[in-house]
Amino acid sequence: MSETKVIDARDTFCPGPLMELISHIKHVGVGDVIELLSTDQGSAADIPEWVKKVGHEIVGSEQIGNVWHIKVRKAK
Amino acid sequence: MRILVVGGGTAGTIVANNLSRRLTGEIRAGKVRITMLSASDRHMYQPGLLYVAFGQMTPDQLYRDQASLLEPTIEFHVDPVKQFLLDKKQVKTESGKTHEYDILVIATGSRMVPEETPGMTEGAEFFYTEASAVKMYKKLREFKGGRVMVAVGVPHKCPIAPVEVMFSLDDFFKARGIRDKVQLKYHYPIGRLHTIENVAKWAKPEFERIGVDTETLFNIKEIDAKNKIMKSEEGTEVEYDLLIVIPAHRGMEVIERDNLGSGGWIPTDRYSLKMNGHDDVYVVGDTTNLPVSKTGSAAHFQAEAICENIASIIKIGEPVRDYDGKVYCFIEAGHEKATYAMFNYLNPPDLKPPSKPMHWFKISYNHMYWTSVRGLL
Repeated sequence: MSETKVIDARDTFCPGPLMELISHIKHVGVGDVIELLSTDQGSAADIPEWVKKVGHEIVGSEQIGNVWHIKVRKAK
Repeated sequence: MRILVVGGGTAGTIVANNLSRRLTGEIRAGKVRITMLSASDRHMYQPGLLYVAFGQMTPDQLYRDQASLLEPTIEFHVDPVKQFLLDKKQVKTESGKTHEYDILVIATGSRMVPEETPGMTEGAEFFYTEASAVKMYKKLREFKGGRVMVAVGVPHKCPIAPVEVMFSLDDFFKARGIRDKVQLKYHYPIGRLHTIENVAKWAKPEFERIGVDTETLFNIKEIDAKNKIMKSEEGTEVEYDLLIVIPAHRGMEVIERDNLGSGGWIPTDRYSLKMNGHDDVYVVGDTTNLPVSKTGSAAHFQAEAICENIASIIKIGEPVRDYDGKVYCFIEAGHEKATYAMFNYLNPPDLKPPSKPMHWFKISYNHMYWTSVRGLL
């Protein structure tokens, strides 16, 4: 059964939201979902770009207030 | 009140010394006892490893005896923790002893794990340990020319190091008179040259100026050491003659073994620096799971916040401040110039042009560090 793990990468300039995603996705199982919280406005573009390039899957992306909630399923 | 500090690196040493000074009266009165457990009787200045890799420092210059750095009121044992028993407020050590605590500070740090990337140990040079830094220097010394590729694992400590390596390589090969025979190329995991946007903006023209090629969205998947090819998770490949990597890191094994945190990173409140769900356990430095740079400076500023709060809780029953995410990183920019990045949770860094005085300050700090870990700076 797949699980969802929330990564709080709000208000971070280093290592930053995409680096946090790359770091944490190593430690979840294939099929699991990571929900990344980000206040970096660039995340809505650069995270899907990386996810697509590597072959994972975006399963949700919405902005609530000033926080992006981006859900990524590990595909391989 | 028994305060137990686990880990004798930058964070743990500053915490123990700072607390010892703040609580001198309480210690003398027998009301407070500070104990440190460390895996080593020596303390390494880890930023010096980059200098060792380029022949600018020798390994012996990186070390001091740990006991010599500690206030005499601190009870110090070289006896690494084997098991954390947080429900019992105890830790067990490799020697078989059990230490009880009222307040626990976990500062066990991080370690590189090149062995987790296929081919990395055989095919790449790195500098995050004394042995690997010396080995990298010897490889650089014997290098006659060709393609030098630099790539970065995630997560890693000292996030400025990948940028500094490029300037150091440029300086090194120029000094040896073979820069025109060397192609330098930098690979970075995300879509710009550094995770800090202002560092990325600054590095782009600087890399162009010194002739460094770049490739972004490159995460190391495996290294074919025999054929000297590095492959990325994103599906690209590069050939190399000399490969230098910043390996991915993990927290210490005991943290993972005792299920304190995935990857060895302990879930930590970003302001109080308490371990989530444990009011009597603080986490400091690389060991936290916080989205904060894994650097000595972050450890330093976190340690100061923790110490102010532990001391004030003991003295007046309440904490007095939050950690604000402060980090200060020197950036060696080549040609004996340097700049710095200072930021916190809310304010991004504003990079200044590199200057010689900042380089001299960094060189001075290499010695001032020993004052810093003693809790005096």
